[in-house]
Amino acid sequence: MTQSIESKGGRLPIARASDSAFRALLFFGGIVVSVLLVAILLSLVLSSRPALVANGFRFLTGTEWDPVTNSFHALPFVFGTLITSLLALVIATVLALALSILMGEYFRTGVFASLMRTAVELLAGIPSIVYGFIGLFFLVPVVRAVEIAIGVTPFGVGILTSSILLAFMILPYSASIGREMLSLVPTDLKEAALSLGATRSEMVWKVSLPFARSGILGGVFLSLGRALGETMAVTMVIGNANTMTLNLFSPGNTMASLIANEFSEATTPVYLASLIEIALLLFIISTVINIIGKVVINRMVGAA
Amino acid sequence: MRPQMTPRGVRASDPALRGRLRADKAFMGGMLAISMIAVLPLVLILLFIIIRGASSINWQFLTELPKPMGEAGGGISNAIVGTVILIIVASVISMPLGILSGIFLSESGKSGLGRVTRLSVETLMGVPSIVIGIVAYVWVVRPMGHFSALSGGVALAMIMLPVITLSTEETLLLIPMSLREAALALGVSYPRTVLKVILPAGASGVITGALLGVARAAGETAPLLFTSFGSPYMVLDILKPMASLPQTIYFYATSPYPAWQTLAWGASFVLLVLVLVLNLLTKLVTSRWKTQF
Repeated sequence: MTQSIESKGGRLPIARASDSAFRALLFFGGIVVSVLLVAILLSLVLSSRPALVANGFRFLTGTEWDPVTNSFHALPFVFGTLITSLLALVIATVLALALSILMGEYFRTGVFASLMRTAVELLAGIPSIVYGFIGLFFLVPVVRAVEIAIGVTPFGVGILTSSILLAFMILPYSASIGREMLSLVPTDLKEAALSLGATRSEMVWKVSLPFARSGILGGVFLSLGRALGETMAVTMVIGNANTMTLNLFSPGNTMASLIANEFSEATTPVYLASLIEIALLLFIISTVINIIGKVVINRMVGAA
Repeated sequence: MRPQMTPRGVRASDPALRGRLRADKAFMGGMLAISMIAVLPLVLILLFIIIRGASSINWQFLTELPKPMGEAGGGISNAIVGTVILIIVASVISMPLGILSGIFLSESGKSGLGRVTRLSVETLMGVPSIVIGIVAYVWVVRPMGHFSALSGGVALAMIMLPVITLSTEETLLLIPMSLREAALALGVSYPRTVLKVILPAGASGVITGALLGVARAAGETAPLLFTSFGSPYMVLDILKPMASLPQTIYFYATSPYPAWQTLAWGASFVLLVLVLVLNLLTKLVTSRWKTQF
């Protein structure tokens, strides 16, 4: 639009020059983030090259991580990341769904609604280091007490503890997406269900949730993306054991917590590069999951 | 819309209907109960931090440097100053870039490059902060040969950038076409239209984005682990390692000494107050100073 106005000419050369300078500046603003992203990927690849060469494809399938023998394999950490994140996701989705149904269908206005909304926003604002600290001093003793009660080794720290903590950390995020998706359900559809004699819960189950299903699924993916990269809180309560186990009560390690713990201790170039390779892997996994989530959500928003 | 299912006082005579209504009530009760579990941690965290943290806050705590192991007392003044400096460095880097790319997105977000940019911004938003930390290490720490507040600022800037961009874009998109057309019709050049008409009209969104970005960056720990690194001294030189609140909490919280853990509670209190105040400020700016058309 503006292009045609300018190209009619008759304007001062200075104005035209500042015009094109401004456009160049905007163009720079447009590409800077993409360039940054490509640069991040390139730096990760280049910096992990010694490890990519030394570790080869066995990096993804091997289970040993031993700096002394220079054997670096990512599987235990990929596994640890996935199991903590998925478990957290299950817990968070149940809680978030209840919250978003409550805030999206039952209490949309009023004191209680704004109270709940403020609570969720506050939860989202709490730094992860504070979550970790609270987890260490409150959740770990609780889990340890439970472990003693049911007779397993009472570590207190471990996969289960991290998952519970992670669940509460991603909860505000999932809940706000859930509420947004439920708000996209057309009012006539809901009113139609109600006028046919459905109770409110039947309307939620049979109209709202099925309609918002794909959007909620997208939200689950985005929350997963969050959980995968969460570092500090998990590092503080997971116990940092480089083992691969399905026992939820035992300590474990995630990709992010491994990097946080060992990066400043990495003495040999291959060790350091292997940790950067883990970061590269984490970057790729979380980016793919995030993009899937975004695509699903955009389709939902576009359809509604 | 809050449809009232059955008017109060009306009794359903049909047992099947009564069952459905009971299920409806139970469903709502269940949702309410689960939601309470969901917000319980907020109450817990606030209680814990206020009870444990506020009691260790005093003038000395806010103004003194940490004491060596074994000596009582000591404060976190260096961490408070460090966090402020880190945020300033990060803001100086990220705000111009974020606002610029936000303007670009609102001006030509539907073009091919616009779509690529939006995807990049959203992807950058999702990059784990520990990965950002590693990138800042590779870009700044490695060439310099030592840890520095500058590298921490670079890491935090990468975290703030997408937040600022998206908030700027979102607000600028709300500004009506007529405003822009009026300016252009008066013969105002395109750059002046954007800078003097559109941007000021969307100032609240730009400020909100900046505040949100700062609030997010202030609490980040992972990207600072191998960049600003931390320091027990009062450091004002951004080319040197510098303490920060989140990292101080991490260091003290994971230590086995109760005296240090007390310091961590105090630092958590300060950090939490900082972040919550920033969030409240954001809400205030959006509600009081909202662009309305």
